[in-house]
Amino acid sequence: MEPIQTAIRVVPLEHYVILASALFCIGILGVLFRRNTIIILMCIELMLNSVTLLLAAFSAYHSDPAGQVFVFFIMVVAAAEVAVGLAILVMMKRNIDSIDINLLNRLKW
Amino acid sequence: MQFMFYLLALVALLSAAMVVFSRSPISSVIHLVVCFLAIAGHYILLNAQFLAVVQIIVYTGAIMVLFLFVIMLLNLNTTNEPHKSMLTKVSALIAGGLLFLVLLASFRGANDIVAAHPYDAKIGLVKSLGMVLFREYLLPFEISSVLFISAMVGAVLLGKRDTVKKS
Repeated sequence: MEPIQTAIRVVPLEHYVILASALFCIGILGVLFRRNTIIILMCIELMLNSVTLLLAAFSAYHSDPAGQVFVFFIMVVAAAEVAVGLAILVMMKRNIDSIDINLLNRLKW
Repeated sequence: MQFMFYLLALVALLSAAMVVFSRSPISSVIHLVVCFLAIAGHYILLNAQFLAVVQIIVYTGAIMVLFLFVIMLLNLNTTNEPHKSMLTKVSALIAGGLLFLVLLASFRGANDIVAAHPYDAKIGLVKSLGMVLFREYLLPFEISSVLFISAMVGAVLLGKRDTVKKS
């Protein structure tokens, strides 16, 4: 078992940046690509997770615990956001009997 | 170590792509769970043990189960969802790919970002994170509880059936 100082930081930080931006772009692609509201909510979760992964990576590479505390706060906000978003989705299904995002375009222009 | 990183990255990217492209919402949720578990593995590789546990409990345990409940209770697991037009799909692919390219290009010119700080193995543990959370970030922590209360009230209010007749 190698000591932890050498076990960590062997992956260059740029690779974490590339991975997080790829995950973020997949999330954006999903938001633009699908019409199902629940998939769009899941893609927003994916984007939040890519950002938290990047924050945790920077925090570990800089030895600064503040980044991980912010990841914790982002998780708190994400949980609240999902609760309200799913409640809106339930209401949408009840009122217009569909979860198609293209039907909700009255605020568009 | 490095092999684990690339394996987990591959799993995360593939399952994230499957979230977008799979047909039924249930399989999207399952793939998102796999993606979040891979991200929890990344946290363990970064020695952020508290974050890994919170990720598994909160995300894959609570949030994704909430998604599954909503899909099953509203009977949303239909595969014949109306799709966007081909033009919109192609432009979405182009937009996502271009954004990725722009991000990559902007990070390419960045300076070497690894700082010279000595490595501190304890920052991801529960004890040190708790110290930081309850000393420096006590006010945001309390405010987040207010946020939770308001989100709970909002969710209950939105989910309640309308009893007042619309005039």
